[in-house]
Amino acid sequence: MSDEHEPSRTKVPMPLATLSDPHLGDSATHPSRVEAIIALILLVGTVLMAGFGAAYWQNWNPVILGGTMGAGLFLLGFGLTAWGKYLMPQGPFVEERHPVASSPEARGAMAAALVERSAVVVKRRKMLGGIFALGSGIFGIVAIFPLLRSLGPVPGTSLEHTDWRKGTLLVDSNGRSVSRGTLVPGGIMTVFPEGKENTSYGQAIDQTVLVRVPGGNLTTAPGRETWAPAGYVAYSKVCTHLGCPVGLYEQQLELLVCPCHQSMFNVRNGAVPQFGPAPRPLPQLPLYFDTDGNLRAQAGYDQAVGPGFFERSTTKENGT
Amino acid sequence: MSETLPTARSKRQALGPYGRVGKVVDELDDRLGIAKGGRVFLDKIFPDHWSFMLGEIALYSFVVLIATGVFLALYFVPSTNQIIYHGSYKPLRGQPVSEAYASTVNISFGVRGGLLIRQMHHWSADIFVGSIVVHMARIFFTGAFRKPRELNWTIGTTMLILAVLEGFIGYSLPDDLISGTGLRIGYSIAESIPFVGSYLVSFLWGGTFPGNVIIGRFYLIHVFIIPLVIFGLLGAHLTLLVTQKHTQFKGEGRTEKNVVGSPMFPTFMAKTTGFMFMVAGMTALLGAFAQINPIWQFGSYDPSKISYAVQPDWYMGWLDGALRIMPSWEFAGWGHTVPLEVFLPAVIFPGLIFNICFAWPALERRWTGDNELHNLLDRPRDRPKRTAAGAAMLALLFTLFAASSTDVLANYFHISLNVVLWAFRVLTIVVPIIAGFVTYGICLEMQGVQGIGKRKRAVIVHRSAQGEYSTVTAAPRPGDGHEELEPEPVPVRIDIASLAGTEEGNGQSSPTGARQVTR
Ligand code: HEM
Ligand code: FES
Repeated sequence: MSDEHEPSRTKVPMPLATLSDPHLGDSATHPSRVEAIIALILLVGTVLMAGFGAAYWQNWNPVILGGTMGAGLFLLGFGLTAWGKYLMPQGPFVEERHPVASSPEARGAMAAALVERSAVVVKRRKMLGGIFALGSGIFGIVAIFPLLRSLGPVPGTSLEHTDWRKGTLLVDSNGRSVSRGTLVPGGIMTVFPEGKENTSYGQAIDQTVLVRVPGGNLTTAPGRETWAPAGYVAYSKVCTHLGCPVGLYEQQLELLVCPCHQSMFNVRNGAVPQFGPAPRPLPQLPLYFDTDGNLRAQAGYDQAVGPGFFERSTTKENGT
Repeated sequence: MSETLPTARSKRQALGPYGRVGKVVDELDDRLGIAKGGRVFLDKIFPDHWSFMLGEIALYSFVVLIATGVFLALYFVPSTNQIIYHGSYKPLRGQPVSEAYASTVNISFGVRGGLLIRQMHHWSADIFVGSIVVHMARIFFTGAFRKPRELNWTIGTTMLILAVLEGFIGYSLPDDLISGTGLRIGYSIAESIPFVGSYLVSFLWGGTFPGNVIIGRFYLIHVFIIPLVIFGLLGAHLTLLVTQKHTQFKGEGRTEKNVVGSPMFPTFMAKTTGFMFMVAGMTALLGAFAQINPIWQFGSYDPSKISYAVQPDWYMGWLDGALRIMPSWEFAGWGHTVPLEVFLPAVIFPGLIFNICFAWPALERRWTGDNELHNLLDRPRDRPKRTAAGAAMLALLFTLFAASSTDVLANYFHISLNVVLWAFRVLTIVVPIIAGFVTYGICLEMQGVQGIGKRKRAVIVHRSAQGEYSTVTAAPRPGDGHEELEPEPVPVRIDIASLAGTEEGNGQSSPTGARQVTR
């Protein structure tokens, strides 16, 4: 290689570890000792690697597999790094930094090409450019549809509804209905609309928590006088904050607690949030006992369950 | 040299002074013209500073992620079809689980080495994001993002966002109880976006939650799309690094116009390859000894069940904390609902943070009016305002991270959750401000102290014959600071003859003992 291109560099040999390398002073005095230590490290690493092979062959447990492989890799790496640090030239060496920027002429030429050529082809043919821009713009917009729109249905009112209807039978996760004696006062269970207890939608959206509060019929709010017969009160189990199942019940305080961000809902006053980031009460499901003594829904939820979304209406309609 | 076989000797002579390697270089150079650029590459100088290793940790954990991820992909089934578990993990037998979950349990217990690889994959994901963040902090506090390196800062921030997303999506794939809950939360956050939220989730999830397409779609994104994009960005990141060359701290012989350090080949190559092995080895040790994400204990996802200790991976903690301390300010009116208690902390807030990151180089250029090229790094104390801003940002994120465990703290210290909550609301505002001012003060203090941060040197006390005392500071030793050593140019040609004399080192100094400084 000729030196003409790198005038900043002079011919000097790349030394091994030498005393003249200020970073290598100690190791250059006894290079063979350093080499022996590194060789030992690399050797142990190599043996561990072979051990990893044996461990894999014998199907030993993951701790031995990972222990041999990890320690082996680490020691091989450590040895190599030490070799680089103690037996290879450290310098410091210097390298000139050549400016990234081009010469002013080159810049001018580039700008000139852009401006002058486009003056000819683009500015004088505005219409062609316009039509092309329009066409590709339309393609860009149209292409969104197969890319995005085909992925799933338009939400419509799907977020407003659940499978609960007038007269839907409440069942537990095994499909058993709930009668007056199913829960003792203070008891709690999760219920689903009959037939939906094993569907993912039923488990995710319809899930409803049923609590029996002591003290007979319960009125949680004005207008809800008949909703909780014999103290059986049902709320959507989907947290109004971010949709976690409101799975904990603090029996003494009669609070439903969401484990995700600790929103707390009081079961006696219509699950109004007492604490935490949840913005709204859990919607309440109105209940009644049918002639067989099983709990059923008087109607569906009177509002969308779960977290808020833009189309969620702010006025309540009854029965869905 | 003694006589050798004529054939061997003539062959060697025919190959030229550099033997077979020289021949290969010739042949390659004929076709690809690699010699000139190749030599420059081998001579590339890497400044020696420990903080330059942080980016390498990120790089090598990405390598570990790809390697372990390919292994996992061979056995993972991205499907939420419900099946009855019949695998080798006894406690789950006979239970209805999803195929994704069953295949993950199978990787853990049925595939040889599977559990190790799974845990390595998860650990390296955590290390990946962690090292990116620390790497970014070093870029920030030393001003390495300044002109001409703004583009690399932008690429880096993009990679950080992608890495966090990739981690969240990967965490969701096994379809266990905890990841399912995380997905539900992700769904609700997307749903909270005004105007488009419900459309977005309906398209992504193929209908209402949970649907049965999301695992398959996330799988594609996790194993193909995001890794590919990160790979491309990483290529651009490193290409820019090579063309613009490394930054370096100020010091003797270091100028805006040079780079001082050790050469790519062989020194840096040996060190960095060794470092890659060490990163992989540490990950394997973690995978072996530290259990992570034991999904067989959580059970398959059932949207109506929840476990008490729901914890996302650490890099999601700050968002979880922000969600917890946000007051419940849902906006409802004109027939619409805007869940501000979700939208502000989980969409607007991270958007703001990342946009500040993206915009910072431009903002600083505007505030300081500095449009110069910078290759020398700042010491953090020399830019007290920037350092204070960075410290405040880190303090904010850390406080929010701590706020993600309000319930744990309340239980542990037996204080009411309400007190903890309000404490964090106050701390989130107060801590960053205090951190900012204290950092600013410390920077100013440090500027005034001579020789701070350097290793202390011995002070030799002399007593003269007259009984007079005087002190002399001992000579600096290598590594005492960056200032002490004068650099020499990278050698152009290895002089084999002169090496023969220094082969064993043995106390002889090489013919290059005399240092040359080019400045
Ligand atoms: C995917 C993750 C990333 C990987 C694998 C990675 C890797 C690297 C490596 C190996 C280096 C050279 C060594 C060093 O200076 O530490 C580097 C330099 C750099 N990185 Fe990253 N990085 C990542 C993310 C980031 C992020 C998040 C930022 C900032 C937002 C960033 C900004 C930079 C800059 C500006 C440089 C040049 C610094 C200099 O020359 O001193 N990188 N990166
Ligand atoms: S999801 Fe229930 S409190 Fe956040």
